[in-house]
Amino acid sequence: MTALVELEKVTKRYGTHAAVDDLTFEFGAGQCIALVGHNGAGKTTLIKLMLGLTHPTSGRVRVLGVDPLSGAGQRARLQIGYLPENVAFPASLTGLEMLRFYGRLKRRPRAECEDLLVQVGLMGAAHKRIGTYSKGMRQRLGLAQALLGAPRLLFLDEPTTGLDPFLRQSFYDIVAGLRGRGVTTVLSSHALSELETRVDKIVVLHEGTQLVAGTLDTLRNLARLPTIFRLRLRNGLAGKVPAIFEGLAAGSVAADGAIELSCTADRKIEVLRRAQGIEGLDDIEILSPSLDQLYASFLQDRRVAP
Amino acid sequence: MRNLLIIADKEIRDGLRNRWVVAMTALLALFALTLAFLGAAPTGVVQVSPLAVVIVSLSSLTIFLLPLIALLLSYDAIVGELDRGTLALLLAYPVARWQVLAGKFLGHLAIIAFATIVGYGAAGVALSVAAGTGTAGWSGFAGLIGAAILLGGAFTAIGYLLSVLVRDRATAGGLAIGVWLLFVLIYDMAVLGLLVADQGRTLTAGAVNLLLLLNPADAFRLLTLTGTPNISVFAGMAGLAEQVRLGPAVLIGALLLWIALPLSVAIALFARRQV
Repeated sequence: MTALVELEKVTKRYGTHAAVDDLTFEFGAGQCIALVGHNGAGKTTLIKLMLGLTHPTSGRVRVLGVDPLSGAGQRARLQIGYLPENVAFPASLTGLEMLRFYGRLKRRPRAECEDLLVQVGLMGAAHKRIGTYSKGMRQRLGLAQALLGAPRLLFLDEPTTGLDPFLRQSFYDIVAGLRGRGVTTVLSSHALSELETRVDKIVVLHEGTQLVAGTLDTLRNLARLPTIFRLRLRNGLAGKVPAIFEGLAAGSVAADGAIELSCTADRKIEVLRRAQGIEGLDDIEILSPSLDQLYASFLQDRRVAP
Repeated sequence: MRNLLIIADKEIRDGLRNRWVVAMTALLALFALTLAFLGAAPTGVVQVSPLAVVIVSLSSLTIFLLPLIALLLSYDAIVGELDRGTLALLLAYPVARWQVLAGKFLGHLAIIAFATIVGYGAAGVALSVAAGTGTAGWSGFAGLIGAAILLGGAFTAIGYLLSVLVRDRATAGGLAIGVWLLFVLIYDMAVLGLLVADQGRTLTAGAVNLLLLLNPADAFRLLTLTGTPNISVFAGMAGLAEQVRLGPAVLIGALLLWIALPLSVAIALFARRQV
């Protein structure tokens, strides 16, 4: 597998502040990668470095095998799609006119622009001025232009900010469809919970450095956060932790009467097996640590051991 | 080349949509018609072609109006797109940075050319129909329009330079007004003050010529007012025309340089700009 994106010891400084600090990683084809971190963690700078919009202070960036700042990098952009974090298209143009402009720059025919408007559900508003569009419609227009020319590599900067849950869902459906076609997607987000099942690899950034990277499972193992079980028992049995979990999981009784067990990931199955034997068991809820919790925990570690 | 045309086309479309083009053309036509019909009244029946009178008054109007219009159109070109986030997006497309600026310049120049030709042209046509002068004096009038477009181009290029230099729109806007005040109002007064103070002791005619070429508005004024003897007499510039030995070729060259230099510097700076 050849890497579509390679970063080698990349640093980007603005004055004395390092927005990206000695970062090294690579992304392969057909992956969906999430750059995760709070505001100012270096996500947008990183995307701009990969797009050749800004040059690294030191280090080497290769995108689709070439330096994005070179002439070859400019040609490579035919195969790259980008959705910036905040983009305000000219209000006086119509959606189709705007998309046609970007389509021409990538030498794509009118038919493709119209297809894309259908795909993002904007065909009905194609001849309306962008000034009349809602936030969600503008974001979908932004996505449509990013998909022009069937890109091999897609950069989406905070793509779901300001979208309602339904639009988010359809947005991720489109991204999932792209992954099926072998498109590599790099997206940045701080809405962590919505990413969980949708990405192959998560890169957690903090102050320009890579805190940790890997699949969600890798991250869970690294963080060693406990898995929480919530057992709901029929009346009479509630109120005390069954003795069978002694030495296996720490138990407590929650305010609503449910029994909460907390154990490490490797003891999950054993806890589940024993729980099944409990008389009068109504419901089991298993809470794996969410990405939000993982992120918080990695940041915590960072502060304790700098 | 194709990218230039695509970007120019988008600027023109945008200009048409947000009524810039219409407003500019209407403004120029309105002023030109007013000058043509009111300005010609006091001359009575003299041996001056009405078109020549209009050229003189339009030339003064152009010096005030076109730089302002060109600067307002151009100061926003880069810094405004940076603000709206469309610049980063545009540069993520397979276009070179110089193509972005050059394409925008073509588009803006086309808008200025259209507004000038249609706005002034309407006044010219109306006047020659009303006065029944036929085609006499048209070459001078066409020369004025051509010079006005060059002047507009020069200030558009200066506007781009401002737009590339600064980080936010408000600063660029303020600087644009400052540039307009400097070149259109303050510069001439300063040169005049200098000449009066100097009493002709050290400043040679050559130095004054150079001073006039260093301001695109003055180059334009000399080009239109001293270009033909007929007009320079009427404009009261005949004396000056003899002193200032700058032929039309030099003046046109100066205006072209005023387009090429700021534009090249803007392109060079933009190539290194972090977006």
